Amino acid sequence: MTDPGDRLLLDVRGLTVRFPTSDGVVQAVSDVSFSLSRGETLGVVGESGSGKSVSNLAIMGLLNRQRTAIAGEVLFRGRDLLTLPPDQLRHIRGKEIAMVFQDPFACLHPMYRVGAQIAEAVRAHDDVGKDRAWARAVELLDHVGIPNAKSRARDYPHQFSGGMRQRAMIAMALVHNPSILICDEPTTALDVTVQAQILELIEDVKREFDIGVILVTHDLGVVAETASSVMVMYAGRVMEYGPAREIFAQPQHPYTWGLLDSMPSVERRLAALVPIDGSPPSLLAPPAGCPFHPRCRYRFEPCPTERPDLVAPVPEAHPDACHLPWDDKLREGAKRSVDRVGEAA
Amino acid sequence: MTFYIARRLLWTIVVVACVLAITFAVFYLMPAGDPALRFAGKNPTDQEIAQIHHRLGLDKPWYVQFGKFSWRFFTGDKYGWPGLGYTYASGTSVKSLIVARAPRTLLLIAGAATLWLVTGVAIGVISAVKRRSAVDRLAMGFALFGISTPVFWLGLMALYIFWRQLGWTGGSGYISPSDSITGFFSHMILPWVVLALLYAAFYARMTRNNLLETLGEDYIRTARAKGLSERRVIFKHGLRASLTPIVTMFGLDIALLVGGAVITESVFNLQGLGYLAINDALQQDLPVVLGVVLLASVAVALANLVVDILYAFIDPRVRYG
Amino acid sequence: MNANGNLVELDHLTKRFQVKQGVFARGKAEVHAVEDVSLTVRRGETLGIVGESGCGKSTTARLMLRLLDATAGKVRFDGRDITTLSQRQLRPLRREMQMIFQDPYSSLNPRKTVGQIVGAPFVIHGQKKGKVRVQELLETVGLSPEHYNRYPHEFSGGQRQRIGVARALALNPKLIVCDEPVSALDVSIQAQILNLLRTLQKDFDLTYVFISHDLSVIRQIADRIAVMYLGRVVELGDSESIYEHPKHPYTAALLSAVPRASTGGRERIVLSGDVPSPVAPPPACVFHPRCPRFHKGHCDVEAPELRELAPRQAAACHYPLERWPMTDEEIRQAEGAERADRPHLEGTVHEA
Repeated sequence: MTDPGDRLLLDVRGLTVRFPTSDGVVQAVSDVSFSLSRGETLGVVGESGSGKSVSNLAIMGLLNRQRTAIAGEVLFRGRDLLTLPPDQLRHIRGKEIAMVFQDPFACLHPMYRVGAQIAEAVRAHDDVGKDRAWARAVELLDHVGIPNAKSRARDYPHQFSGGMRQRAMIAMALVHNPSILICDEPTTALDVTVQAQILELIEDVKREFDIGVILVTHDLGVVAETASSVMVMYAGRVMEYGPAREIFAQPQHPYTWGLLDSMPSVERRLAALVPIDGSPPSLLAPPAGCPFHPRCRYRFEPCPTERPDLVAPVPEAHPDACHLPWDDKLREGAKRSVDRVGEAA
Repeated sequence: MTFYIARRLLWTIVVVACVLAITFAVFYLMPAGDPALRFAGKNPTDQEIAQIHHRLGLDKPWYVQFGKFSWRFFTGDKYGWPGLGYTYASGTSVKSLIVARAPRTLLLIAGAATLWLVTGVAIGVISAVKRRSAVDRLAMGFALFGISTPVFWLGLMALYIFWRQLGWTGGSGYISPSDSITGFFSHMILPWVVLALLYAAFYARMTRNNLLETLGEDYIRTARAKGLSERRVIFKHGLRASLTPIVTMFGLDIALLVGGAVITESVFNLQGLGYLAINDALQQDLPVVLGVVLLASVAVALANLVVDILYAFIDPRVRYG
Repeated sequence: MNANGNLVELDHLTKRFQVKQGVFARGKAEVHAVEDVSLTVRRGETLGIVGESGCGKSTTARLMLRLLDATAGKVRFDGRDITTLSQRQLRPLRREMQMIFQDPYSSLNPRKTVGQIVGAPFVIHGQKKGKVRVQELLETVGLSPEHYNRYPHEFSGGQRQRIGVARALALNPKLIVCDEPVSALDVSIQAQILNLLRTLQKDFDLTYVFISHDLSVIRQIADRIAVMYLGRVVELGDSESIYEHPKHPYTAALLSAVPRASTGGRERIVLSGDVPSPVAPPPACVFHPRCPRFHKGHCDVEAPELRELAPRQAAACHYPLERWPMTDEEIRQAEGAERADRPHLEGTVHEA
């Protein structure tokens, strides 16, 4: 979100993804735009059905092009990934943009040794011999903090603990020094102490290799700790997008307020949690107007019919997609400002 | 691991013994009449029947007969080891009968198995990869045909078309490869194809289903995310994980055919083990039946063992717990 | 009837499982799922059991409800020793203790209607309350009585969890054990279910045992908590006291590891390695290989007892924290000592 030039890695404009199904068209992602630069950690926050994972799968080209309608532009270093032919895309995937997934148990092939799977990643884009590839695999496992990397590389995934498997996945992603690392809920399936280790690892890696990180999660706490910029998604659209500090000090969208209100805190016992009423909408027939309006406590006249654009309400604020007047946003946002999190609403 | 194998082999012996006992019991309790009558010729006198009873050992109670059989089995009789005795009908050694017939059945199985494994899996893979395309529907239609068509009809039709009408292949009957290689192949090609067709259909369907399920797993997505070629993803990652049920079935299917390829053997007049067993069972020629049953159950038990071991090698989770 | 107000008492409860290691292996190994756990649950309170995977919290809950048989120790419910009762003798007691499960997608029978699921307890215990009562229950948990004839797959995760709650409430139990009831739900739905549970507790005079790995959730709902690690209780006491002043280093590490939405700085104790396997727990204090306050010669030799270190707060540690947050000096000391004298400081799972 800062300067252009060679620091800008990814520029996504108007990304839209639709799946035709027998029940209708699922509007998984609608008109999503963001950018990513070196040294930046973009936290993408949303609940299930928000489209956060699908967006990244679209960027990586992991969606079945025949069964998905993808529109928009995904500019990686100037080239539009969405228009590249599949084999060119394959050369970028795993080499310049790498992805780490949520459940490391299911993400590694159960019948091959861990080292072999990493070595395979090496040889996917580099014409090196098996020994060299294996050596690189061991080197990376060691780098991500796996003790006795040399002998552990010969183990099978089920012999690794959850945290170690995730480290191995990260090692596998780093094989070709990618410029972008996309982490889809990397810590959700892990214990909290291991979570802390993995987040620290990702941060170290980012600094060491000066790369850009997209961190997808539903956990606002994780985002608050690690992200430099934040994008809040709901029903496939962006609700709010800006620098992390601003988003937490001055949240501008009722959905973000709702998330902050309903989150229990480890720092204080709240008098009551204020949940968001209702449930996330069906993506087959998202609500007209603002997708959040059926559950929004602040909705008023324009909300059910006019969809709000993602714009900054005043020049010094960050963009949000909400019709509310700026004064209201200021006032309500101040109540949830993170410095004061934990005080009863 | 050796301990494991030793334990399994011991169990194999127990299982085979049980199978034999049950077969014996079934025969002894069968109400179809006195076996002696069949071998006694027309209008036998009571005395002649008693003589045959005595000769065949049928005048002793069943446990004595079984005991004698087991004893002779382990220590061998005048025909060598294992002692399988001699047929009621002609007095020929059961062992020599089996030894003469076994190669036909085994060769039939070998050829058909190779055919069905290769084609079945190949068709299954293509179907899975090109899911819902015309190729897929065609393949699954073929599978349905293969599974539904009765083997005897298929065999007879094949003989009629390819031998009678077109003269492309040899007819029924078996020619040993030591006599004539071309004769061997020309007579075996049809039985191989016919037997393979049914199994290929099953394997195609199973491969397709397993592969489709595997391709939905997370580690396939990881493999693609690494930038691997689609071919590698499907074969090295997808197929490998789908293999285990196929291996299991393959071992058992082969073993079951040892005594079970009866229809194919009949239609093509191959005089194999299955045919032998059924034929002589109808004549109540107990020793022969016991001999074939023995062979078949050993085959199945061994196949089970081999498949279990292979399973552990394919899937390291089973090996290391 | 129990005079001292304890609904459940666990006395030196231990549970070990036998496992085989691999198809070819000869030997068996023992998983020390729960070791020497003693705690009480007071009537009307919510006891939170906190810990990471493999710490034994779910096993403890199941032992409490006699869904598992203990290897050693005693379980008392409402003053009565139920450790060795047969399943038949336990039946009438089952009305009084119920469970809500973690996964709303697999804990409801997909072939039964909601009415059948919630009505099952009545049928099992031979009561004929019928449709009306079931519909009342559905309303109590925030669903509509018309949902009676629908199937689970027609509902969202949060609604399914409500169905599970309705089923647990059916026979007016005294105790409900909630095993990670909100872990599989979105944040905004989590809050709905937590609020529901709180309301129900007041309305129906319930006692909860609430299991979770999520410390923020536990803080919202628990009055007292037990922190478990590798099958043992390492800290036990009043919830607020423990959150404000943890005494056991593991509790401190857990608390500091939780990512939080405050951009103020705070120091974090990052434990190295992973949780050791419960098949071969470390000797003496089970936490010593990873403990920042480890003292060689003491912690690896003598197992610490759970003893009261502050009013209503007990911990099993020879060197409990004196102050929280830890001072910079203490942290530096801890990190220095980390690798020096612990040769088996490992992140391995199968080093048995």
